[in-house]
Amino acid sequence: MHEEMRKVELIIGKILRIGVVTSAIVIVIGIMLYFLNGSGYSEGFPTRFSTIINGIVAGKSYAIIMLGIFLLILTPVLRVVVSIYAFYKEKDTMYVVITTVVLVILIIAMLLGYRS
Amino acid sequence: MNSMLLILLMGLFAGCLGAILGIGGGMIITPILTIMMGLDIKYAIGASIISVIATSSGSTIAYLKDDMLNLRVAMFLEIATTVGAIMGALLVGLFSSSFLYVLFGFFLLYSTYNMVRKLMDKKGENVYMGHDPIVDKLNLANTYYDKSEQKQVDYSMKNVPGGFIMMWAAGLASGLLGIGSGAFKVIAMDTIMKMPLKPSSATSNLMMGVTAAASATVYFFNGSIRPDIAGPLAIGVLIGATVGARIMQVLKPKIIRMIFIPIILYMGVQMVLKGFGVNF
Repeated sequence: MHEEMRKVELIIGKILRIGVVTSAIVIVIGIMLYFLNGSGYSEGFPTRFSTIINGIVAGKSYAIIMLGIFLLILTPVLRVVVSIYAFYKEKDTMYVVITTVVLVILIIAMLLGYRS
Repeated sequence: MNSMLLILLMGLFAGCLGAILGIGGGMIITPILTIMMGLDIKYAIGASIISVIATSSGSTIAYLKDDMLNLRVAMFLEIATTVGAIMGALLVGLFSSSFLYVLFGFFLLYSTYNMVRKLMDKKGENVYMGHDPIVDKLNLANTYYDKSEQKQVDYSMKNVPGGFIMMWAAGLASGLLGIGSGAFKVIAMDTIMKMPLKPSSATSNLMMGVTAAASATVYFFNGSIRPDIAGPLAIGVLIGATVGARIMQVLKPKIIRMIFIPIILYMGVQMVLKGFGVNF
């Protein structure tokens, strides 16, 4: 029983590390660009997907940092998604259901956040 | 450059302490940003929620690898915290910032009280091994290796419904105040459910990321998260949390509490006073 759990934990840990390192690299690139070229904005910073994407295409540092921060916000979500897969792989149906409920609530919360 | 460096250093410190205690950096970040740097509470809350996520994800990598946390407990109780977080985030606009200061301060004082009470407990760290139908049904009993005592610790728990309600309250506080409210989560597992402190702290670290992610999207899209603050902070916290997760495993909880109690007591008093218009 505990052996199964170890496998689940190690899978989740590995994927989580990839997510965290990716977001950290993006943030660091953004910060380095900030010191080279400034924020890229005369005032404020982008907070919607469209303005962030436009900013990244234009190489604006604040947009890149915001992307990295958003990726970081997604890492707990990534962990939940990978958990569902890991519990499924270990045939733990009850926890596939429990974790899926968490994911659904989390997605509802994030959609509410985007709309507000 | 200087302010970014300062924020990064603060992140290192907050991430390290947050990972050790399972309480998230928010408790440290928000007072420092508002009181010492004079930042608007709105941006301080946005920054602290990012620090909570960074503490959680950074420390969880180590806690998963070292088998310190209880994944099933986390998953089950996350249902409660995420529902609470949605409700809290929807209510947040209804309160003034001075009210938030007072609420923040009382949260810190409440945590102080709990830490003192724990420290005074003569019985020390008991491991609960009893059987409980809900614990058995949900398969929650687990084991961890304690590096400070160099032994494998098997443990069970009880009062899962009580812990579940406490977790809902913790989620509500997170959404409302922009803090990880990890103190509540640790209390729910450690005090109410009788889990050992180290897996409680590690599991709290894991959970607070999910709770915070729900509220963080709100703050991200309403412009509360400033890249010049949250960016360097996230990097500092990630590094700090990675280090803290290693330190926690070799520390005895009692020592950590003794260091931390005066700090949060001071900050709690200061923020309550600020909420009532007294600055010092």
